[in-house]
This record gives sequence, C-alpha cells and structure tokens, in this order.
Amino acid sequence: MARFAIKKQHVPIIASTALLILIFAAGSLRYTGFFSLQVLLNLLIDNAFLLIVAVGMTFVILSGGIDLSVGSVIALTTMLSAALIEQAGWPPAVVIPLVLALGTSMGAGMGAIIHYYRIQPFIVTLAGMFLARGLCFVISINAITIKDPFYVTMAQTRVPIPGGNFISISVIIALAVLAAAIWLAHFTRFGRCVYAIGGNEYSALLMGLPVGRTKVLIYAFSGFCSALAGVVFTFYMLSGYGLHALGLELDTIAAVVIGGTLLTGGVGYVFGTFLGVMLQGIIQTIISFEGTLSSWWTKIVIGVLLLLFILLQRLLSSRGEVREA
Amino acid sequence: MQEREPLLVMSDIHKAFPGVQALSGVHFRLFPGEIHALMGENGAGKSTLIKVLTGVYPADRGEIRLEGRVIQPHSPLEAQMLGISTVYQEVNLCPNLSVAENILIGREPRRFGRIRWKAMNEEARRLLEERLHLRIDVTRPLGSYSVAIQQLVAIARALNISAKVLILDEPTSSLDRGEVEQLFSVMRKLREDGLAILFVTHFLDQVYEVSDRITVLRNGRLIGEHLTENLPRLELVSQMIGKELKELEELPKEESRVADWAEKTLEAVGVGRKGSVEPFDLGIGKGEIVGMAGLLGSGRTEAARLLFGADRADQGRFVMSGEDTVIHSPRQAIDKGIAFCSENRKTEGIIDELSVRENIIAALQASQGWFRALSRKRQEELADEYIRALNIYPPNPEIPVKNLSGGNQQKVLLARWLLTHPKLLILDEPTRGIDVGAKAEIQKLILSLAREGMSVLFISSELEEVLRISHRIAVMRDRRKVSEIAGEDISRERVMKAIAGG
Amino acid sequence: MERIRKHHLFWPVLVLVALLVFNLLYDPDFFRIQVRDGKLYGNLIDILFFGSPLALVAIGMTLVIATRGIDLSVGSVVAISAAIACFTISKGADQNDPGLVATAILLALAASALLGLWNGFLVTRVGIQPIVATLILMVTGRGIAQLITSGQIITVISPNYKVIGAGTLLWLPVSVYIAALVFALAALLTRKTALGLFIESVGCNPTASRLAGIRSVTVRLFAYLFCGFCAGLAGIILSSNVSSADGNNAGLWYELDAILAVVIGGTSLNGGRFFLTGTLLGVLIIQTLTTTIYSTGVPPEVNLVVKALVVLAVCLIQSEGFRRTLARSLVSVRPSHQRVEGKVTTRG
Repeated sequence: MARFAIKKQHVPIIASTALLILIFAAGSLRYTGFFSLQVLLNLLIDNAFLLIVAVGMTFVILSGGIDLSVGSVIALTTMLSAALIEQAGWPPAVVIPLVLALGTSMGAGMGAIIHYYRIQPFIVTLAGMFLARGLCFVISINAITIKDPFYVTMAQTRVPIPGGNFISISVIIALAVLAAAIWLAHFTRFGRCVYAIGGNEYSALLMGLPVGRTKVLIYAFSGFCSALAGVVFTFYMLSGYGLHALGLELDTIAAVVIGGTLLTGGVGYVFGTFLGVMLQGIIQTIISFEGTLSSWWTKIVIGVLLLLFILLQRLLSSRGEVREA
Repeated sequence: MQEREPLLVMSDIHKAFPGVQALSGVHFRLFPGEIHALMGENGAGKSTLIKVLTGVYPADRGEIRLEGRVIQPHSPLEAQMLGISTVYQEVNLCPNLSVAENILIGREPRRFGRIRWKAMNEEARRLLEERLHLRIDVTRPLGSYSVAIQQLVAIARALNISAKVLILDEPTSSLDRGEVEQLFSVMRKLREDGLAILFVTHFLDQVYEVSDRITVLRNGRLIGEHLTENLPRLELVSQMIGKELKELEELPKEESRVADWAEKTLEAVGVGRKGSVEPFDLGIGKGEIVGMAGLLGSGRTEAARLLFGADRADQGRFVMSGEDTVIHSPRQAIDKGIAFCSENRKTEGIIDELSVRENIIAALQASQGWFRALSRKRQEELADEYIRALNIYPPNPEIPVKNLSGGNQQKVLLARWLLTHPKLLILDEPTRGIDVGAKAEIQKLILSLAREGMSVLFISSELEEVLRISHRIAVMRDRRKVSEIAGEDISRERVMKAIAGG
Repeated sequence: MERIRKHHLFWPVLVLVALLVFNLLYDPDFFRIQVRDGKLYGNLIDILFFGSPLALVAIGMTLVIATRGIDLSVGSVVAISAAIACFTISKGADQNDPGLVATAILLALAASALLGLWNGFLVTRVGIQPIVATLILMVTGRGIAQLITSGQIITVISPNYKVIGAGTLLWLPVSVYIAALVFALAALLTRKTALGLFIESVGCNPTASRLAGIRSVTVRLFAYLFCGFCAGLAGIILSSNVSSADGNNAGLWYELDAILAVVIGGTSLNGGRFFLTGTLLGVLIIQTLTTTIYSTGVPPEVNLVVKALVVLAVCLIQSEGFRRTLARSLVSVRPSHQRVEGKVTTRG
C-alpha cells in the first residue's frame, strides 16, 4: 500500500511546508545568525496568541463560516483582565476562568444566532466585533498596565529546552491547544461533523449529524480560543487596551488560508494553520532582518500569498467544472 | 411468481398542496426481493409519493405499513431509522470526506471517544466488497470518484443503517452505459439479498432491463400495478401519457398542414454535446410549429438548450437563412432572433423579486443595451399591451412577479419573448403545472403566432398537446433524436411507438 | 397607513427621525444653524459633512451588494487613493499648482477604479466568492498605501487640494456637493439607463438573467469598478480635509460602516432590489448616531456597542426565522387576548 502519489487534498499543505523551508533556507543563507533554533522558537514566542486564535478560526472556516470578532474578543479579554485585576483587585485564579467563560459564551451566542436565525456569519460576527471593541471602551478608553506578580511571572518565565534555547509559557499553552485541536478535528465525532458541515450542510443534516449543536459549539470554541489568546496576549503585553489586536481577524484568516484551508469550508488541516502562522511569522522576521525593508511589506507579501493560495485552491477545486461563470 | 406478503404497503394516500391535489387515493406495495419501478410523467405524483414515504411531507390521509406495523416518519432521518433509505440523483453525501467516513459517519467505531480510523476503513472496505463487489480506496475523498461510485457509496451507507427498503430516485440520469450496468448488477445482488428496491427512472429500456414490477401514476392517481413481464411497452407509455382532458378537445384543429416550409429559420446539422445529447439534425421552417415529443429525460430540453446557446454545442453547426452561424451564448441566440422559455420557470425564467413590468421588458432591454433604455412610459405601454393581449391576471404591472400564479408567470415569460419579435420561439413545457384554461389560451396563442410567420419549437410531456398543434414532430428517446413525423403521418400511435422504441 | 408602513424606507426614516427627536429633546439647540463668514455651522451641517465620504463608499457598495456581491476592500482603496493623491502633490515643485492637483486626483481615481476592476475580475472571471476575492485587496491594500507613503503620514500644503475636503461653496461644504453629485450620478445611471434593472436582475436570479440575454459579467464588473471609484473619491475627500495621507488609518472600518449603511437602507445582502435613498438614510443614521454620542458626552468609542446592537436588530428583523419566533410568541399571547374580547362582547 506504499504509494507516493501526492493526494490532491495535500497539495496546499505541501506548498506551505515547502515555502516555509525555502524561506528559512534563504534567510539562513542571507543573514548571519538566522540559522538557529532560537529564531524558530522566537517565531513561536511572538506568535503564540495568533496560533491559538487561528486554531479556533480553522474550525469556523472548515465549517464554511467566518469569525470576524476574534481580534475584538482578544482586546476585550485583555481589557477585562486588566480592569478586574488592577482596578477591582480580583485574583487571577478567578479572572482567567471568568474571561474564558465570557469569550466562550459570546461565541456560543453568535453561533446560535447564525444557526437558528440563518443570518450570515459575516454579519453576526461583525456585530460581535463591534460589540466587543465597544465594551473595551466602556471599561476604559486608556490602556491599563498590569503589575500583578502572577502575570509578570507568566510573561517573563523562560522555559529552558535542551541546547541552551528557551520558550515561553505561552508557547506551551499554544502548542497544547494545537495538539488538542488536531485531536479534536481528526479523531472525534465533533471534528468530523465540522468537516461534514463544511462539505455540505444539507447532506450532514440528512446523514443524521447534530448540525445545529455542532455549529454553536464551533463558534463557542472559536470564542474560547480568542479569549485564551487574549489571556496569552495579556501575558505578552502586560496591559489591557481597547486598541490591542486591531485587525487581527485579517491576520488570522490569512494564516488559516495560507495554511491550506479552503475558505469555502470542508477542506484543510489544523496543522496547516500552524504552518500558516509560522509562515506569517517568518516573513515578518525576514523583513525585520533585512532592515531596509519596512513593516508594510509584510502585509503586501501576505496579501500576495493569500492570492496565490486562493488561486491554487480554485485551480484544484475546479477540476471537471467547465461551466462558464 | 408466488404472491408473498408485501414488506411495505401505502394505502389510500392523499396529499394536497395549495391549488394542487398532488396525490389522491394512491395505493402502493413493495415486496422484499423485488425491484419495483415507479413510473409517471411530470406532475404524476412520483416525487410526492416518495416524499410522503420518507417523511418529507406528512400525508393528508392514508396509512403506511412497514412489515405490518403502521409507521409515521416525520423526517428523512426518522424514515432512515425505520429502515427506509433514499439515494438521490444528486448524491446527498459530503464530497470532502473520505469514502469510509461517508459510509460510517455518525456510527464510527470508537474507543474512549477516539475514532479508530483503521477499523473504520476496514469496515467500509469490507462492506463495499461484500455487498456491492466494489473495490476502491476508501481513504480517498468521495468527491474524487465518479457520480456512479458516489451513488454506490450512498447505497452502502443506506445498507449499513440496515435498510429494508431502498429508494433509488433517478439514479441513472447522469451515468454512462457502463456505470448503469454496474449499478444494475448491484441492484440485482441486493434483490437476491432480499431487499425491497423502489426504482424511479425515465428510461424505459432500463425499466424493462431490471425491474420486476411497475406501478404507474398519472395526475396524482394510481393508474395500475403490473408485473413487468405482463406489461408491453406501448401499453406502459399509453398509461403514463394518458388521454387529455375534455376541455381541450374543443380547440381548433390546425388545418394548414400542407405547406412545405421550404424556407428554414434555423437548421441544426449534427449538433450535439457530450454527455448531454447525441448529435441530431433539425430544421424549423418559417411559420412552422415543430413539436418535440419524448419522455422526461429523453434529451428534449438538452436539445433545446443547445439551439439557444444556453449550453454550448461541442459538435455540429447551425445554419440560419442559408448561412453558417455561431450560437455560443443566449446573448448571441437572442441577437439572431431566437427566444427560449425554459421548463424551469422559477429558477431559469422569472426574476422573482422584480415586477411584472420589469420581467416583461427584461429581454428586450437586454438586447437594446444599457444606454438605450426604454422610458418608463414606454415600458408601461408595452407591459399593459401584453398584459391585455395575454390576459395576465392580476392586470397590475407593478406587483412582484412571484405573487402571480404559475400560468400567469408563464404568460409573463411569453410576453418577455414576444416583445423581442423572435424569428424562432423555443417553448420548453410552457403549459406544465398551469390550469386548463390558461393552457388552452397559450396553445391558441402559439398557433396564431405561427400563422403570422413565427417558427416555434414546442416541447411538452403531454402528447395530445404536441399532436394537436404541431406541423411536424421530432421524437427523442434516450438522448437521441429517433424519428421525425410530419403532416398526414402524424398520429398518436406512430408517435407513441417512436417514444416507446424497443 | 398600512401602505406607509409597508414602504421600504419606513424603518430607516423612523429610526432617523427618532434619533433627531432624541437629540432635540436632549439639546434644544441641536437644530440651530448659524451663518459665519458665508458658511453654515451646526450639528446638521456636521452630519452632512462627516457623512459625505461614507455616503460615497456606501453608494458604490450598494451596487455591489445588489449584484449578490460584497466589497471588503473599500477601506484599503480609500487609503491607497489618499496616498496616491498626496504623494503626487508632495512631489510637485508647486504643491498648489491646479494642474498638479488635477493630475493627482485623476491618478488616484484611475487607480481606485482599476482596483475595483481587479476585484470584479477575480469575482467574475476567476470565479472566487466576493468575500474572499475582496479580502485579498483588503489585506494587501493597506500595505500598498503604506508603501506609497513610505510608512509616513504625507502632509501637503496645497490650498487648491484642500478645497475638496474642507472648502465651502454656497454656504455648504464642497464634499457634500460631491457626495450629492455622485448620488445623482448613480441614481441617473441606474434609473435612467437600464443598468439598475440589469443589476437587480443579476442579483436576483443570475441564471434567468443570463437566459434573458443580460451580460451579467459586464454588469458585475461595472459594479465593482464603480465601487472602487467611489472609494477613491472618498479617499481624496478624507485626505484633502486633513491635508495628509495616513496609509495605516485612512478609511479604517469604512467597509463595515458602508455595509451597515446599505443593510440599514433595506438592501438585502442576498442581492436583488437595491435602494440608493435607503443607503443614504443609513449613512445619515450612522452619522447622526455618532454625533449624538459625541454630543451626549458618552465616550465616542462606545459608539461601537450601539452600532453592534443596530446591526443585530436590523439583521434579526430581516431574518425569517426570527420573525417566525416572534410571530409564534405573539400567537401564544393572542388566544388569551381574544378571550378577554369575547367576555367584553357577551357583557355588552
């Protein structure tokens, strides 16, 4: 059974992997100090929150939906955490579960509206985005700095790994989420139902799958991931601010698509999203190493990659479809 | 054949929709180990009967018994749980999931909540091989296989839910010959296994090839149940097509069948499209009404779409007034004076949110382009004129066309095309699903248009209608044009024989 | 009364009037308009003035949405257009040279229209869904805008350019005239030519439209092109008003506000019938809301919460499922209501 023919559904993920290796190799040849494990680890450290939120987004996009609220939910989480800890004096042990529950229920609420009232996910999560952003400013217009020792510890702890390199606690959380999500997507009924809905929602219903419950759970999971990313982001920034993670929904969607997930749903891998996040990270790193290139090149390069991957997917999915548009 | 206990009995089923009695007092039996063909033309009530059986609609009256017990499925899912599974022409599975998942999703083998992929693939492989003699890589996505294989996978899923009754709703419509053979061998094998199979198709050859018993419906009524071996083809066709309603007999019979129609408006020479309709020749004279007869799925619509450029012909050529011409798109066809009323009034005809007026002027405006807009006053004049001429009710040009009845929507579409003064008018089932009065009006209109010199290609499932108004009849069967009957030779018997073939 | 309530502009007008009345009650001077130096001042003028760039974008968006599409890239196009105009002017020897200003504007508008065409190309020719296709430019566009401005905020000193976004003509801001002009142009184009019919027809039933001979590709291409053009114009007004271009922040959130205005105006996101006047009302509602929040002293950022609730309310009202739930809860109330009525009649 050992066949080495490349399966069509693997093409995008192979492309992302190849691109990642290529860019890392090119960077290593061009810049001294680029070829090191720590550079790769720093990618993880700087993008831990993006990875977490992108994992949640992957499920949403796999089911054929979209979640525009993720960036705002992150901001709300940082803001709420900061306010409760610094201004109300609550202990982190209470605050963290609370914000996670809040993000989850916000996602579940949006999922319920999307499913039961049949309103486009785009619009519902847009409302969610406005709402969460607005609530941040209801709490405070200014940034709140966090000095709580627990958060500071979480932010500054370096977890050593063999070979003299290190990662942060956030990275451990992100990798745990990634592993759990891979398991969830590929080895549980919930995960397979997500794929089925993305493939054909009506068929999924006819096959007796719990479509409604799954859709609500998908958005709830995305909400949970956003809130968790918000907690990690709070560790990273040590502040709460309504303008945190502005436009992050775009980066997240881009990461998922570059990771090979089809925006129309049904096709993709959670691991691909990991690659997509790393690709975004490494492009940023390259651009900062280059020095003469400015930060906006990141957006342009990501946009071009987005275009290429969407075209690639269009090419792969249009096989046999000769009808004119 | 010994008379056994039927597995499934539907008795005295009634079902009405607003304005239509879809089923009235239909009886239907299904025996285990038998393939039972359900036959009937459009509007006969086949799909309603199946939807009642699978719980899509509740019956207004009547009873369904499975193995002697009364059942009342409320959804396809409940019907499935009771052992009644349906495989549709458009496979209702997920093309992105693997074959194995499509068969087993929802019932995957698991351990501690973890799906055991190896066991699942093994089970799916075994199921396909043992029950369907199908050996394929079950880990590949379903979408990478042909429709034929997808249908077999759908059958496998149904079997796995322990189906007693398997409904195959037009499974062969998009299969080629070899694939149909494969499906039939599977059906025969399942019959031996004792399954009761309900088979819906439009292909007569296939009915005689595979079925044991035939039930014919017409206009929501049971016409008869026969063993296939006792029912000659011609008799089957006559039962399906039936006699027209009395009211229409009063229509004037067209007398002028003598003209030779030498001047052709459009000639198709060897025009065809792969997988849709075999190459055919057809010429339509000026002022001539050419009827197209044939059962549903015989290629009538497909042929008409090629003439209009709705689908592009991949072989053959068109000749208009003596010169070769190209018809690649509806736009080109319209510019050359061809008009086409689709059989799918809702999805391909009316633009439902827009007003009657806008629907009427759409095609004329499209051919005039953006900037030569018809003034509002001109639009209203035109709309009023045609609303009056065609008796469109209610006579209000400003209400959304979706609020009109089927017959009036059809008249709106006719008005749309008449406004463009076409040389050739193609009408695909213009009288389907509309009441008798409107039907007669439309037929009269077609006759008078032809007298004024318009060429008409008239497609209908109702043979009487075609016989009455056509000067010449082209008969289609199994996606081929099989015969052309003209003038004095036109008779019910000849046309029916051509439709039945064999 | 019933006919008025059924009219498609009933809800938007009602909301706008309610907002204005609320303002009047809160601040009796809200409607006061003063004339100073041949220029009108007042809250209402502010609403018109700040609303005009959004109105421009929303008008273009209306046409795109009517064809069953959506354009997420308008905010980025606003930024690019602003960047091109200001960059061109800043490179001139005499920044105030009318020729230079005209060139800058034409360049910016042409580029914007081209970007719109690019979106249309991806949607109609490549066959990518509108949300996905325009997302590409939404991401890339901000980068391109910053590339043009080299990541700086380009400031120009050009009174001639400033006229567009900050000038006054016959007591009113020039930008209001521009928005009114484009609105008239769009209305003329869609109602006096057949374009409006074609757009609604394509958005409503693409298959039937094709069979009726309507060139749906051309129609949709035009809608995206026009939308890009409108966004470009908005970008010029915005940058002219502040005499600078900020690639990062110019036109931020515009796509969302524009879509919101279109939806409030009664045009369905599923395409088909569109209402330019409704869109205009939607813009006024959004702008009045903003002004109201400013004038009541609530932190302006809270605006977003209100917007969120408005979006949800509007969409829920449009959702059949929600209306059914609502109707069901009303029906369950009604029987008891009838019983009460019955009692009254027997007594009478």
